[in-house]
Amino acid sequence: MINTMECAVDAQSLISISLMKIHNSRTQRGGIKLHKNLLVSYVLRNARQVYIKEKYAEIYRMQQYEEVMTVCNEIQELNPLDVEAEDREEEQLERAACCGEAAAIHREDCVKEPEPGFYRSCCMEPAPHYEHFTLTNTNNNNTHCNKTTVLDLDTHVVTTVENGYLHQDCCCDPQTPQRKRKGDFGCGASDPEDVPDFSTARKRARREDCALPSLEYTDTSNISNLISIFGSGFSGLLSRQADLEQICSKPALASLGAWTRAIVAF
Amino acid sequence: MAGPGADMQWCFSQVKGAIDDDVAEADIISTVEFNHTGELLATGDKGGRVVIFQQEIENKNLPQFRSEYNVYSTFQSHEPEFDYLKSLEIEEKINKIRWLPQKNAAQFLLSTNDKTIKLWKISERDKRPEGYNLKEEDGRYKDPNSITALRVPVLIPMDLMVEASPRRVFSNAHTYHINSISVNSDNETYLSADDLRINLWNLEITDRSFNIVDIKPTNMEELTEVITAAEFHPLHCNTLVYSSSKGTIRLCDMRESALCDKHSKLFEEPEDPSNRSFFSEIISSISDVKFSHNGRYMMTRDYLSVKVWDLNMENRPVETYQVHEYLRSKLCSLYENDCIFDKFECCWNGNDSVVMTGSYNNFFRMFERSQRRDVTLEASRENSKPLQVLKPRKVCAGGKRKKDEISVDSLDFNKKILHTAWHPQENIIAVATTNNLYIFQDKVN
Repeated sequence: MINTMECAVDAQSLISISLMKIHNSRTQRGGIKLHKNLLVSYVLRNARQVYIKEKYAEIYRMQQYEEVMTVCNEIQELNPLDVEAEDREEEQLERAACCGEAAAIHREDCVKEPEPGFYRSCCMEPAPHYEHFTLTNTNNNNTHCNKTTVLDLDTHVVTTVENGYLHQDCCCDPQTPQRKRKGDFGCGASDPEDVPDFSTARKRARREDCALPSLEYTDTSNISNLISIFGSGFSGLLSRQADLEQICSKPALASLGAWTRAIVAF
Repeated sequence: MAGPGADMQWCFSQVKGAIDDDVAEADIISTVEFNHTGELLATGDKGGRVVIFQQEIENKNLPQFRSEYNVYSTFQSHEPEFDYLKSLEIEEKINKIRWLPQKNAAQFLLSTNDKTIKLWKISERDKRPEGYNLKEEDGRYKDPNSITALRVPVLIPMDLMVEASPRRVFSNAHTYHINSISVNSDNETYLSADDLRINLWNLEITDRSFNIVDIKPTNMEELTEVITAAEFHPLHCNTLVYSSSKGTIRLCDMRESALCDKHSKLFEEPEDPSNRSFFSEIISSISDVKFSHNGRYMMTRDYLSVKVWDLNMENRPVETYQVHEYLRSKLCSLYENDCIFDKFECCWNGNDSVVMTGSYNNFFRMFERSQRRDVTLEASRENSKPLQVLKPRKVCAGGKRKKDEISVDSLDFNKKILHTAWHPQENIIAVATTNNLYIFQDKVN
């Protein structure tokens, strides 16, 4: 159990600091230092574990809140006076479903993030205490909100939710056994052929390089994905105009390629 | 040599290097090593140069000046190189210097950068021949017809000239960065260690080496630890140890098999779960390992502590000394500014009764083993009057700061002492700050 009390910096900042270090080590004189990068990857792993735990705790709290709300809503539904309110909610959802920018943020890199999705009930309004930028999977031809990608503007995390419940596959054991250190740079290159798919777990299973079962959280794919995310900058995540081309643009992919080549050569 | 005792006091003796506050990167000292008699003190720097100081013997009659070291030889050991295959620059920084025991009039040392080890011969020339038959004094050939008599050339004294010449170059044996070299007690072989492999060389043979340890996984993605330091046992030529980034030390016996991947002993102390943090793996990584002179113990340095291990006990160290425990709550900032990756070295005194290591703010620490006393001293220009006694320093970890104490927040983390060395026979120490070399000696009453 990692004691985070002593650390003034939160897990999210540690992740970005660590990625910056890995990024900078590429241009350091004398070549990439294996030892230092290995140690940085340990910090990255620890920070992610804490981050995931915190998210789980949050989601659990949300889930409990949602359950209570759902019960309340059901009770209210029985009340004929609230039919109009219900219609309004459905309208809202349809608007969201037709949101054309679904493809924008939706890119395999984000999707590979094995973060558990925020719970979002289809019958519910967004929680007030943080903003959502909600997208749906237009590839899915599904106007119902059963698969949602959510970008949390506070933490810049993109997550997916299916059927409004925490996807089973996303439940990963935080106490994963020690895996690849130094990041799995070998399998870090994003695969443009992969069909965009919101299910992060299935995505993981399809990756040939990752030998672990899909349920098990892989540090390596995630580290490499975070690098590609970081490489395009947080602005890429935030911008509504940011589309697939920008993130998976040639320069971004090229730099990732150079990165993996450098590591493999090393 | 008498042990330090409770009355031990240290005095400033000398400081070498530029006074300029603006440090040139090439002048950063990267290694310090006394030879086996202590008469010579070698330093290596980031610019690939080696500077050797020699102890003045003439003043040995005057005890207070006995430790005066003056420049003996300076040479460029390594140059920057470029690996065309990987498009990587190879730094010329000298990672380690190790002296060979003296066999004849010349001195030999091994110096290494990230990829190449070189054997240097340092020899003195204080006589020159004079009276050649066929040559003039300036080297021009004489007209043979003008020679009427034969004479035997004689050697006449000249000003001492110290020459350094590379005798062997051991290259192309390491894919990763070399972190250690260690001369075997058999005086014929030595080892070189990089992040994943240890090679055994014969000092005479440069075109081949034997790989004796290889911890590279078949799949690099499964890498969990690297080799951080390695050393031969001072007395048993078949025994070596290597430390890892996971805080373990493995002792290997070369007689057991050609490839020493299987260790004979594994030294590891279980982690205290209450101390677990984001940075647990970093601070448990061992930065240096040194055998005691008598070969019964070994010492390891990790980020916050020094541990002394008995070679007969694998499950925990016999002694643990906290170097700067007050930094434990600052690990986050130290991670951000990269200080947490600093590799501190440690050393034994001649009779293994005291261990020494460096810290920040140009502080260095000595731990007296038997009496469990420790002291913090500072290497600074302010305390550099001749024979000035060093005053013990104290860092205030928290709460009310007493007079003369320094608070943790006012420590200068750019002033770090990573390299220290102790004279093998006398109480003379060499302490390297960023670009200066301080020499201290014990106070002679």
